[in-house]
Amino acid sequence: MTPNLLLAAIMLINFMLVASSRVSKCIQLAALQGGLLAMVLLLMHDHWPFHVLLMAFSTAAIKGVVIPAMLNRAQDRMKPQREPEPYVGYTLTLVMAAAGTGMAFILARRLPLQPGNLGTLFVPASIMALFTGFLLLTTRKRALLQVVGYLVLENGVYLFSLLLVKQMPLLVETGVLLDLVVGIFVMGIVINHIQTAFDSQDTHRLAHLKD
Amino acid sequence: MILALTLMPLAAAAIVWFMKPGLHRARVLPVAGVLHLALVLLALTRSFQPQPDAWLRLDPLGGWMLLVVSTIFTLCSLYAPAYLALRMERNFGVFGVSMLGFLGMASLVATSRHPGVLWVGMETTALATTPLLYYNKNKRSLEATWKYLLICSVGMALALLGTFFVAYAAQQGGLGEPIYIDRLVANARAMPVPWLKAGFVLLLVGYGTKMGLAPMHTWKPDAYGETPGIVGTILAGGVTTMAFLSLLRFFSIMAAAGLAGFCRELLVAMGLVSMAWAFVFMIRQGDLRRLLAYSSVEHMGILAFGVGIGGKATLFALFHVAANALVKSVLFLGSGNIVRSFSSKSLADVSGAMRRLPVSGWCFLLGFLAIVGSPPFAPFTSIFGIASTALGGGHLLAGSLFLALLAAIFTAMGSVILPVLQGNPNPPSVRTHYEDTFGLTFPLVLALALALILGTWLPGPLHSLLTKAALLVEGQA
Repeated sequence: MTPNLLLAAIMLINFMLVASSRVSKCIQLAALQGGLLAMVLLLMHDHWPFHVLLMAFSTAAIKGVVIPAMLNRAQDRMKPQREPEPYVGYTLTLVMAAAGTGMAFILARRLPLQPGNLGTLFVPASIMALFTGFLLLTTRKRALLQVVGYLVLENGVYLFSLLLVKQMPLLVETGVLLDLVVGIFVMGIVINHIQTAFDSQDTHRLAHLKD
Repeated sequence: MILALTLMPLAAAAIVWFMKPGLHRARVLPVAGVLHLALVLLALTRSFQPQPDAWLRLDPLGGWMLLVVSTIFTLCSLYAPAYLALRMERNFGVFGVSMLGFLGMASLVATSRHPGVLWVGMETTALATTPLLYYNKNKRSLEATWKYLLICSVGMALALLGTFFVAYAAQQGGLGEPIYIDRLVANARAMPVPWLKAGFVLLLVGYGTKMGLAPMHTWKPDAYGETPGIVGTILAGGVTTMAFLSLLRFFSIMAAAGLAGFCRELLVAMGLVSMAWAFVFMIRQGDLRRLLAYSSVEHMGILAFGVGIGGKATLFALFHVAANALVKSVLFLGSGNIVRSFSSKSLADVSGAMRRLPVSGWCFLLGFLAIVGSPPFAPFTSIFGIASTALGGGHLLAGSLFLALLAAIFTAMGSVILPVLQGNPNPPSVRTHYEDTFGLTFPLVLALALALILGTWLPGPLHSLLTKAALLVEGQA
């Protein structure tokens, strides 16, 4: 079985992320996407040597459980408040995501794959996730949604790295995952400070520094 | 030995963390700084033997960059005890751990042979410096921290994808694990061009964000504007230097693959855009630190431009890393002293700084003259070298634009800075109790003296180190 079905599911999640307005739902979707990444990794191999199992397990644990739990905790500590309207509306971002997907396919055609990976959706799915993450980061005002955007962007990068399991040593993969956790942890701390200082998570209020 | 460069600062960070709170924590910094500089110099005196299996090693390019960063760190660490004594209300633990953590990670970046380890080191420097940005603990610094964290994280994600693209190209070229940078350079010809090109664009955007090249520099004015001068020095002279080094590592792979022309065009364009952008925002700039931030954007542009021109200009660009870092430490630390005396960094409130603070004021004036490229300071040597290589090598349009932008920046920056320094302090301006003291001024004088010495005389060993480093950048040797 090729991993294409799962990759298509991952791309579908990107659309749902862009269309969703609730933070908790976005966190769930990002967690699901992280779990799917681990499954793609397992599907790519016929037999599973130790380092593949270890990587799949740590991916599922970190992207599917640890980081979503951290984000959920940050979300629970927030005071309930109305979602600020995004800079760009949901319908328009959805259209932009669709356009981005088309671009991703065009771009991917110009990058020749190795014979073993021919016909897979890795490159378009990766570029599309990157684009979706970027969209969330730039069009949403809620700090937590921006962090979800960063997570999706990282998922896109991770997706591409699956083509390199043999090339990138485990040490490097571990370092990358660890940096992601610490990065999101630090973002969580900063969000907490923003909440305390501004009594809101709306990054729109972070607009004092200008030329 | 090479590993000690990374581990020593991390051990010092652990010591600071477990010390009792108090000012003695700040005194660990100069000890660690001087020790690290000594270690770097010792490592550089050894010959650069290739060790096929080692994950870490010091080559001339990494060695030069680490020498610069270690010097800047030492200057800052000498300034730190006197500075922190003025801010007894703060927790020195986080400050010390973050500073030393940065130094350790910078050493990892400079010595790593593997592009993945390089990335991990760069990302960790970003995380280590984040608490430093929030040091003033107010709303404005919070905003700066959030922007820095988010923009740099996105940049680093793109750089990671670029790194993976290059690794995939290596896989297609038949290069097995581990893909050390020197092995990538040696086998670059066999790799497919589209992946390398796409990878370099991503890496240029990614590490360019970290360097602060326009238009990805938007975190820079906010970050430099809201942090203490000492942190500004570490960011402008340290973090950006390491990001530049990371970019150069990949440039050498591209050059070896025969893609130097493609990359050079991008670098020249990016460099000129950065300088032009900096110029526009320097005109009538009302904030001293933001002015310095745009000057940093300009000088990152000069670095990119220099490597983009190539040939002799590459060597001058590498020299400019040191020249810019030294003079920037004079300017950032000096601006810290001035801002503290006037209790404002808004230029409307500050004037006559040379009369009120003779040492800091004079250092700042000389630093300003040095950074815009006046002889006999070090930046003059490199800027003049880059310009003459560009014009002599047939890059007439690019070279003339470069010179025109330099002249425009000189006037823009001068018209903002000179009123701050000259004349008498305005009557309504605040006068705090701050006075120039030895501890807060001698690092500035030292940095200025180093910039002056490098501008007039480059010692033989440094020259040969730079020559070897420039060859490495061009994908040779």
